Parts: sequence; C-alpha cells; structure tokens
Amino acid sequence: MISNMPEPKQTLDEILNLAAAQFKVPREKLTPDDDFFKTLGIDSLQALDLLTRLEHHFNVELPDYELQGVSDFRTLASRIQARL
Amino acid sequence: MNEFKGQALSWEVKNGVIELALHREPCNEIGSATLAELEKFAAALASLEGQSHALILYSTLKSGFCAGADLRELYYGAQGMDRQSAVRGVRDFLERIHKVMNAIDASPLTTIAAVSGVTFGGGLELALVCDLIVADKMARFCFPELRLGLIPGFGGIPRLKRDLGNAVVRDLLLTGRSFNAVKAQQAGLVSQVAAEGESLKAARGTAAQLGKFDRRTASVAKKFIKPIPYDELNREIDIFCDLFTQPAVEAGLKKFVESKDAQPYLP
Repeated sequence: MISNMPEPKQTLDEILNLAAAQFKVPREKLTPDDDFFKTLGIDSLQALDLLTRLEHHFNVELPDYELQGVSDFRTLASRIQARL
Repeated sequence: MNEFKGQALSWEVKNGVIELALHREPCNEIGSATLAELEKFAAALASLEGQSHALILYSTLKSGFCAGADLRELYYGAQGMDRQSAVRGVRDFLERIHKVMNAIDASPLTTIAAVSGVTFGGGLELALVCDLIVADKMARFCFPELRLGLIPGFGGIPRLKRDLGNAVVRDLLLTGRSFNAVKAQQAGLVSQVAAEGESLKAARGTAAQLGKFDRRTASVAKKFIKPIPYDELNREIDIFCDLFTQPAVEAGLKKFVESKDAQPYLP
C-alpha cells in the first residue's frame, strides 16, 4: 500500500524549514536537538504561533498538553508524526 | 460619546459601525482599568445604538485579541486580604463585568468579534457575547481556567453552551486545550476564517452587508434567536466565588504569576 504520510525525517525537515522561515533564522543554524525556545529566541506567545502554523501546515490537531515540556525539534516532530 | 480614547480601549463610529478597539499591552488582559473603560462603553452604548447598525470588537495588538483576566492583578490584589474580603472583591468584579457582557450581548446591534492570535479565557468570553466571531487563521481559542482550580467567570460556560454542543463545551472546558481557527469553525464557534491579519477587514465587510437590512427586523430576529441565560450566568458567579476560596487557586495563581516557564499560557 502506498501511503502519502511523510517519513519522520521529512516531517522534521519541514518543521525546521518552517521555523527558520517564520522566525528568520538561517536554516543551516537549526539542528534537530536544538532547544527551539533558545535557538529561535521565542516566547510563549510565539510558541503558540508556531504551534498554529504547524497544525495548518500538517493539517493536524496538536493538543497543547502534548507539547508541554517539549522544547526540541526532534521530539516536536515525533509528536506531529504521531498525529499524521 | 461618539468617540473615546482610553488606556485600555478606544471606540469610534464609522459608517454606522461602532468599532471598539482593545489596546492594552501585553495582550489586553482584563483588569480593573479595562473593566472601568468597558463600563464607560456599556454606558455609552445606548446612545451609540441610535446611530449604528453594527458593533465590531477587535484588538490592535499583534499578540492577539485578549488573553483573559489580568491574573497578576487578581493574585497581587488578593495578597494581604482575608479570604472573605478577597471573595467579596472577586464577586464585585464579576458582577460588574457580567453587566458589561450582558449589555453587549443584549444590544439590538449585530455584533462581531474580529479576533486574531490569543483568544483565551476572558478573551474568549468577550468574543462569545458577540453574535458572530470572525477569526484570522492564526487565532487560538482556549479556556485554561481549570489549571488554576477555577472555571471561566465572565459568562463563558453558559454562553458557550448556548452556542455549541455540550461535547465541544466539555472538550474546551475539561481539557483546557486550545483550538485553532479552523477547528473552532468546524465546532461552530467561528463564523468566518480570514487570512492572517485580515479578520478586521472581513468583519468590516460583514458589517457593511448588515447595514442593508432593516434595523428593527434584525434586532427582533436577534432577540428571538439569542436568549441570554441569566440564571446560569448568576450561578456561574456563585460557583466561581465558591471555588476561589480553595487553596489550589492561590497555588495555581502563584505558579502562573511567578512562572519562568517558557510556556505559561499552555495548560
């Protein structure tokens, strides 16, 4: 069966691309294990903004509580992958 | 008073539409200053209604429509007070804001909340008094009160229950999770979803359309279809004040106010 579901690596890449573009950080400076609050220099409201953009981009719902304590791109990608 | 410019909000009448703009940094938190100006607006509303057909509520702030009650003011205001005095103060605040909310809810004008970004707690309750919610795609809606050991206190549950199915109300209330604009539209909360930054423009377009209709007919239709749940609203104040005496509330407020967490808005 052919699935349209993106591979985990593709999901991670798309998150990194979206975060770099939205928060104007060079893409090459972002790595999967970065603390995105620190690397992107974002606060809680901007984190909500990122959450909303990710939901729209991947067409998923991400309950806030699933992201509580999540601060690196790799874990974020795994949470999104679990909803695809 | 056709025009007002305050610390927390401003209003003006343009082409038969009252535009009420919220602009208190950081995200229009509703404390005593905002409440006092909302009361001014409610007092002026009757005279404004005579020259208008619609009301639009919106925020000029990029952070969002409104992050809800000013929890810092609530927490620090209650410090040093005995429990009874603190509850009296809370009840007084709630009764005053309910009067404002009820006045907007009952207005014969067609009312539109044009929202973007954070629309949480009391901010969602303010949007819920309006007849229509027009959201930009970056809007998020949430009732985070349970994590403080409270329920929404500005009329949120009765009004949400009036407008939506009980399962959606329970989801928002009991999980404390936030909905994006598309999810909120699917749930029936949001009337229109606009592009990012375009909710006010979309609301103005809707308000212009409303101006074509006979005013009396529109107000009669609204009154017929949108009853105000006064009994439940009063019950909500009682429950809120009862819960406010719990030690968990002070602990929850303290945690929020003193939080260095990067995600204090997330329940």
